Amino acid sequence: MQFLSRLESLMRNLLRKHEVDADLEEELESYATMRADERVAGGISRSEARRSTLAELGGIEHIKQSVRDGRTGITFELLWQDVRFALRQLRRSPGFTITAVLTLTLAIGANAVVFGVLNALILRPLNVPQAESLFVVQHGSGVASHSYPDYLDLRQRNRSFDDVAVFVISQSGLDTGIDPSNVWEYETSGNYFDVLRIQPYLGRFFHASDEHGPNSAPYVVLSYAYWHTHFQDDRTVVGRVVRLNRHPFTILGVAPPGFQGTVLFFASDIFVPIVDHEQLSGDKMILNARGTRWMFEMVGRLRPGVTPAQANADLNSVDSYLKKSYPRDESNDPYTLARPGLHGDYLSGPTRAFLTGLMLLSGLILLAACANLGSLFAARAADRSRELALRLALGSSRNCILRQLFTESMLLSLAGGAAGLTASILLLRRLSVWQPFPRFPLHVPVSPDANVYLVALVLALVSGVLFAIVPVRQILRANPYEIVKAGSTGAFGRRFIVRDVLLVVQIAICAVVTSSMVAVRGLMRSMHSNFGFEPQNAMLVDTDLTTAGYSGERVPAMQRRMIDAIQAIPGVDSVGSVNYPPLEPPGSWQGTVYTDTTTDLSPSNAAADPYWFNVSPDYFRASGTSWLAGRAFTWHDDTNAPRVAVVNREFARKILGSVPDAVGRHFKLRDGTRVRVVGLVEDGKYVNLTEGQRPAMFFPLLQSPASWIWMVVRSSRDPQQLAAAMRSVLRNIDPAMVLAIRPWSTELGGTLFPSRMATVALGVLGIMGAMLSITGIFGMAAYSVSKRLRELGIRLALGAKRKEVLQAALGRAVKLLAIGSGIGLVLGLLATKVLAFIVYQATPRDPLVLVGVVLAMLLLGLVATWIPAQRALGVNPLILLREE
Amino acid sequence: MSSSQTNLLQGTLDLLILKSLKTGELHGLGVSHRIEQITRGAFQVKPGSLFPALHRLEEAGWLSSFWGESENNRRARFYRLTKGGERQLGHEAEEWQKIAAAMSHALKAT
Repeated sequence: MQFLSRLESLMRNLLRKHEVDADLEEELESYATMRADERVAGGISRSEARRSTLAELGGIEHIKQSVRDGRTGITFELLWQDVRFALRQLRRSPGFTITAVLTLTLAIGANAVVFGVLNALILRPLNVPQAESLFVVQHGSGVASHSYPDYLDLRQRNRSFDDVAVFVISQSGLDTGIDPSNVWEYETSGNYFDVLRIQPYLGRFFHASDEHGPNSAPYVVLSYAYWHTHFQDDRTVVGRVVRLNRHPFTILGVAPPGFQGTVLFFASDIFVPIVDHEQLSGDKMILNARGTRWMFEMVGRLRPGVTPAQANADLNSVDSYLKKSYPRDESNDPYTLARPGLHGDYLSGPTRAFLTGLMLLSGLILLAACANLGSLFAARAADRSRELALRLALGSSRNCILRQLFTESMLLSLAGGAAGLTASILLLRRLSVWQPFPRFPLHVPVSPDANVYLVALVLALVSGVLFAIVPVRQILRANPYEIVKAGSTGAFGRRFIVRDVLLVVQIAICAVVTSSMVAVRGLMRSMHSNFGFEPQNAMLVDTDLTTAGYSGERVPAMQRRMIDAIQAIPGVDSVGSVNYPPLEPPGSWQGTVYTDTTTDLSPSNAAADPYWFNVSPDYFRASGTSWLAGRAFTWHDDTNAPRVAVVNREFARKILGSVPDAVGRHFKLRDGTRVRVVGLVEDGKYVNLTEGQRPAMFFPLLQSPASWIWMVVRSSRDPQQLAAAMRSVLRNIDPAMVLAIRPWSTELGGTLFPSRMATVALGVLGIMGAMLSITGIFGMAAYSVSKRLRELGIRLALGAKRKEVLQAALGRAVKLLAIGSGIGLVLGLLATKVLAFIVYQATPRDPLVLVGVVLAMLLLGLVATWIPAQRALGVNPLILLREE
Repeated sequence: MSSSQTNLLQGTLDLLILKSLKTGELHGLGVSHRIEQITRGAFQVKPGSLFPALHRLEEAGWLSSFWGESENNRRARFYRLTKGGERQLGHEAEEWQKIAAAMSHALKAT
């Protein structure tokens, strides 16, 4: 009852304020009139009655104020007043407002982004029911750690898990009748979905009961994303038969949206039972090989009441049984448990460490930003000390002034927080759909959730309080009478040592990062450097004839037909093939070689481990590799002809002993085969851009056949058209061929990934550092100018030169800037030496970079001191002295 | 007049206002006269305390108000007790009796 009435009053007071006030005015007026009426009735004149009544009232405004103070919702009204006042204050100094909001946007945004990633990868449990009882069973510390027979034994013999599932990741050709393409798949044990306790979005999943020995469960489950993009949400796919590596498989169902397997980074397209592995890979042995540890991950669901430690002990007792039974096949690694999501400890350890470091760093950035904004705030408070003193002297309470100060800082930090959060959401969304490697479905699933919003809000509030605290003491201690009498004084003078050091550190970091921008230059240069091949105007066609069902003699014949067919396309200059293109992650093949004179072919006598490529005759022309001497391969270099090879210059120098006479010499392979060198090509980059000169050898395709080859097609035609033309001619030869066609320059994206990441990280750090330095110097310069404004005015009035005034006002800021830049430059030169290892062609003593750093720091100083300097010079001594 | 002005205890004013409205609706001036009358002139409520109190009691839901005509045909704002106000009056009167009894007992003690 009372509550309802209060609520009603609150609504009325807030929403119909003017009406309520007018009502009160009229009520008091009517009171005064009636009171006067009484007096007139008592025999006094009307005007005299009115006068004495008003005297009795003692000020209508005063009564109105006391009524208002008692109203429900007065707190809101005061708050609203404060907010409006603060907004007016901020509007009056747009430079300060923009700097503060921008700083907070960057600092809070950085924290929100890092926290968003941390939250998605580490804090948030896997998107499956009861994720807390799900564990990864690890055996040793490798990428893959179990063999399939071991898994079967563990599953059967352990007593701690409800059930244990296992999977491997592989790639297959999926033929739905139109445009067969490569898909990434989880080959899982039949109980996989049941262990995870997830329900299908459509149709059904396969179960352990579907497995009846090898190749007995020709079923496939689609991931939601793959179904959405490749089947256009067609609900009738359930029951349809598709071909995986030419074998018929029935689509059973679609996994729920948001579920993409138990490894967060890896988005699988489809799920198939692992018992069909022979059909998928052609390998008959591996499922039964106890010594081959190739299971990618084992996940188990703990029984209720069993602790991870008990389960661990249980697993190790099973392990000791296995060791006894199969002493030859079992390793000595112990079994351990880990959280799922980041492939056990393999990825989660480094990821956790990296993200924690990043979180700490961004927290420090926010803290530094708060310190800087705090000194800006202190400068403002010093500017307004006369106003504040007057208000104190006129009876405003210190609480009231502090409340306004905090309102101002909260407004700034909330605005910064909102902007930072918005930016971070956009960034996280971009990050979620980003695929750094075109060939692999690797991504970072980091969609922001309520936790991220909450953290951003808390950070905004905390930083608002933090930087408003800085000038609090200044206000509390201010003695209004002294300030009004003497003008603002430098009572809080040189106690800024800590802040000075902080500022120098910030500037130094900024300079380091600016000088690390050599990385950007290095990256740009490495895009245009000589790789030993020419990625421009070249397309790569990734064809795996195994997935297309070819084997034996049919493979090379088919490959030759494909090469000839593409060669016939108008506008195609040359076509070659290679087993694995150079610079394609994760790395090229290598083989051991011996000099011709070596007779004892033991590993210790090996001459080198050159990179190994199997190429077709026209590969060198198609890839744009420069020819130095000798002849290229022909289609006659087949199994009936003597073994020949083409080598690069480094191979000739290192293994053959001579570059000019390399052609015609011999070397030996591990099996003792003598190979004659028939040609010599230039050196190149084979695995990464920063490697030194490495030996490489090329063998004719027909002498060392491979069913998986990449065709290199050189043509100046439009890539899109060319890809379509190639697709159609290859489909004419075999409609079920699995093809992936991409320009070579796109394919190189994965290789450049580390240097790109380094550059992006440096860029972000650089922006943060620059921002901190600007706000830091700005705050300090503004503060010192406003503190000494009167002194500067007097100096100007006495005829001081502009230069001297500037020196007095900004000398300290400039000195700090110079020290910081100097330190930063030296450190930067050291750091770039390190960077040169990551980023190809990043030389620290790049003159352009040195000039750039100096210019950048100058610009920074100019921007940060511009406004204070203008103020110092614009002092009008007359006005200033009159005011004081 | 002013010599007999007694400082009103916090809460006393509320009680007096509620009591003065027990017999019927009154405007602000009426309330002030009524209080003077029922306290035999001991309490004179000044507008500076009267109006904040009236508005506070109204927001608490113990009074309701409406615009009407005064005895001299002036437009005036009238207050009347609500159901909750009557309950509150009973409650506060009881409290006051207790305090008064305790106080007079205390003062009589030697």
